[in-house]
Amino acid sequence: MQKPFIVKILFVVVVLLGFTTAYAQDVEENLQTHELTEQEDSDKKSKIQEYINHHLLDSYDFTFFSDEEAGKYYGFPLPVILFDDGLKVFSSSKFNHGETVAEVDGNHYKLYHSKIYETNAAGDINYDEEGHVTNDKPLDFSITKNVVTMFLVSILMFFLFRTLAKSYKKNRSIPKGVGRFLEPLVLFVRDEIAIPNIGEKKYKKYMSFLLTIFFFIWFLNLLGMTPLGVNVTGNIAVTFGLALITFLITTFTANKNYWAHIFWMPGVPKLMRIVLAPIELLGMFIKPFSLMIRLYANMTAGHVVLMSIIALMFIFKSWLGSSLSFGLAFGLAILELLVAALQAYIFTMLSALYFGMANEESH
Amino acid sequence: MEIPTIVGAGLIVIGAGLGIGRIGGQAMEAIARQPEASGKIQTAMLIAAALIEGIGFAALFAA
Repeated sequence: MQKPFIVKILFVVVVLLGFTTAYAQDVEENLQTHELTEQEDSDKKSKIQEYINHHLLDSYDFTFFSDEEAGKYYGFPLPVILFDDGLKVFSSSKFNHGETVAEVDGNHYKLYHSKIYETNAAGDINYDEEGHVTNDKPLDFSITKNVVTMFLVSILMFFLFRTLAKSYKKNRSIPKGVGRFLEPLVLFVRDEIAIPNIGEKKYKKYMSFLLTIFFFIWFLNLLGMTPLGVNVTGNIAVTFGLALITFLITTFTANKNYWAHIFWMPGVPKLMRIVLAPIELLGMFIKPFSLMIRLYANMTAGHVVLMSIIALMFIFKSWLGSSLSFGLAFGLAILELLVAALQAYIFTMLSALYFGMANEESH
Repeated sequence: MEIPTIVGAGLIVIGAGLGIGRIGGQAMEAIARQPEASGKIQTAMLIAAALIEGIGFAALFAA
């Protein structure tokens, strides 16, 4: 009994070590090391900053790693879908990672700081006095790196939970294989999150959403830890979408007690009710807003800290500094694994709490 | 004189750290007193910590 457990722990450790070194190699590819001078030192720092910023952003192509000095990128381009005088679909390889102007049906587009702008044939980017870009931005529905990752996770989840559901049909009680791992988690969401917060009677109609959001966020957070370099839950648009769904479900499944608590709080003096109404109304929007900010900020902060600590290796360039950086990064990677699960749990938990508020019986 | 935003960020971290530290400490104490209620205490602790964290992050973005 004891032995397989130790083997599993060792496996996790080895995988984590692999990820940490893969990250480090990835950074190293971008920071060819020379003898340090003052100029190069600050150069290196700004390069590291640029690299981290680039990692946090979404991109139009899926690059696994790149060799900047040779100008080579290893990965594959993704489709760009723009809506600008009609639908325009083309491959992101036309941008050549921002180096060339893409010409599509007479319109010219250029990639500038990871955003697509409409330009003239020469690809000029114009600025106003404050340094903002004045070029037009087309409506963008591109399948970006983040979108591809979300598709992948959705498909993965579909097949994982299909096998879990099927296994109940087949041998009636005990799931096999990956289902053994998922069943306790599903039960955890039901017994620890849904029932205590929403109540025995009404929890069933929210279960599908809570399960989906729990596993979706968790899997995306875990994918963010791999050297694939995806940062989906650290993208505010994604967390906005997730929080918006929670907000819509809360608002549209709310009963009259919920609305009474917002506009005409029972059990307090009349004057107080008038004062409370705008505060409660504001609270309706602040709740999902805090969901959005919390997930986004946690994942972004995690990625920034982890990558900065790995980058210390290239600043110290000594045995002591590198070992320290490696040890710290390894410890932090384990902490991030915990945070990945914790953030998924908290998002689901608070969503369930809000659904519970929307369904409270009068008392 | 303008106060640099980094000072504000530091103040936020102090405040949030004190808040979450207190929640964690009190939860530990509560679990030590009533180990059988540890599950419920943990849940409540996490929710409270998450709420403080949310406010902390919101302020950090403003800073």
